[in-house]
Amino acid sequence: MSQAAVEFQQVTKNYGSGNVLENFNLVIPKEKIVTIIGPSGCGKTTLLKMINRLIEPEAGSVLLGQQDIGELNPVELRRSIGYVIQQIGLFPHMTVEQNISIVPRLKGEKKEHLVARTAELLQLIGLEPEQYRGRYPHELSGGQQQRIGVARALAANPSIILMDEPFSALDPISRVQLQKELIKLNEQVRKTIVFVTHDIDEALKIADIVVLLKGGQVIQQGSPKELLERPAHEFVREFLGQERFQLAYSI
Amino acid sequence: MHQLWTTFQASWEVLLEKTQEHIYLSLVSVVLACLIAIPLGIYLSTHRRLANSVITTVSVIQTIPSLALFGFMIPLLGIGPKPAIFALTLYALMPILQNTYVGINGVNPALIEAGKGLGMTRWQLLWIVQLPIARVVIMAGVRLVAVQTISMATIATYIAAGGLGDIITNGMSMMDTPTILLGAIPVSLLVILINILLLQLNRWLTPKGLSDEKTSGQH
Ligand SMILES: Nc1ncnc2c1ncn2[C@@H]1O[C@H](COP(=O)(O)OP(=O)(O)OP(=O)(O)O)[C@@H](O)[C@H]1O
Ligand SMILES: [Mg+2]
Repeated sequence: MSQAAVEFQQVTKNYGSGNVLENFNLVIPKEKIVTIIGPSGCGKTTLLKMINRLIEPEAGSVLLGQQDIGELNPVELRRSIGYVIQQIGLFPHMTVEQNISIVPRLKGEKKEHLVARTAELLQLIGLEPEQYRGRYPHELSGGQQQRIGVARALAANPSIILMDEPFSALDPISRVQLQKELIKLNEQVRKTIVFVTHDIDEALKIADIVVLLKGGQVIQQGSPKELLERPAHEFVREFLGQERFQLAYSI
Repeated sequence: MHQLWTTFQASWEVLLEKTQEHIYLSLVSVVLACLIAIPLGIYLSTHRRLANSVITTVSVIQTIPSLALFGFMIPLLGIGPKPAIFALTLYALMPILQNTYVGINGVNPALIEAGKGLGMTRWQLLWIVQLPIARVVIMAGVRLVAVQTISMATIATYIAAGGLGDIITNGMSMMDTPTILLGAIPVSLLVILINILLLQLNRWLTPKGLSDEKTSGQH
């Protein structure tokens, strides 16, 4: 039985026009790739940003290990959690190396250490360090930029990485490639990855666990296989799409 | 031309002194305006409702004719360099304030989101992300103001603040064109010089990743 990396306990979030999440409970297990899917506006981003306190809940608590994150310093908390966003958000005035090492630098780590770390991370994401470390973001393709975004999230060696539709702005080829790399990467470095996506194929392909949300409630949580073989609700079937079920049966 | 040369030979010491005064008036005013308007612009970028009213108020100053503004200074602060600097600074506020505000607000929100999410404090976000990216826009405001202030400092002579305006008005009262030119040409030269200097400084300060127009972080 693996421990929980993140746990939502009775969390309620309200932006002022009704509850987006209400008494929401969710356990995210350690060292798994967990994908969050659900219709637009169901609260996926809200849920994700509550883990690094970019959004604060109105009630309830979010636990990191055993710690209530409401009691932690938000800046320290964020430096200990990786964060990758859809718009990538590389700093245009910094080189690849400066972008990747930003969190360790915020934490005041030594220069010598950073150079080695950057090289290591560039290797890990499949970019030749000597060729890429001195480049600026606009000198990279979209796929390469988001690889750097992933490397930046890994730099301070966080145990949790949050990703909000990280690959959805990329072309299909880069997207598939990055999905594969993410799976491989997680076999090497073993992180808890919370991954929000619109792309159901992507969600089923990369996930150890899928969480399907609707209207701020978890409809079903389980392995991709479980969702396909034992949908807990008609909505699961509907949302994942009939053809996938036929496919699952034919296997 | 020959006349201009003889006038120059006869009064180059005065010219030097007046040029120094002129530079002093302009430089102090621009620096003061930067010290006020840049921090104010940064502050307003996080207080948008206040920003509107402050920027409107400051832009009203811009509508006062410059000669009149200098005139208003006399009952308030008397004559001499001090009221002149005060008036020049007031005029210089608006472009710097506006460009700082627009520059900082123009930073791509995704970069703010990324910076925050990675664990930057507000202060770090400002110094590491917002200011470096907004600097090109802020510097454009400063350049505009430097040029404007150098030309406007010519009027400071009317409130006995010195500067090259002294030579020009002197020439005007004597109806002596060479003397007018002796005051006017250095003003133009100063404007050109400061423009080149600031452009160069800007090019030199701008990080390589931002030198390309399309990558200024403002989508
Ligand atoms: N800052 C905000 N102010 C007001 N309402 C908000 C805010 N952010 C989100 N909402 C609302 O909360 C609900 C959940 O938003 P959220 O961004 O979490 O959805 P999502 O599942 O990520 O959607 P999408 O798939 O479109 O990204 C939506 O109805 C949205 O309109
Ligand atoms: Mg979202």
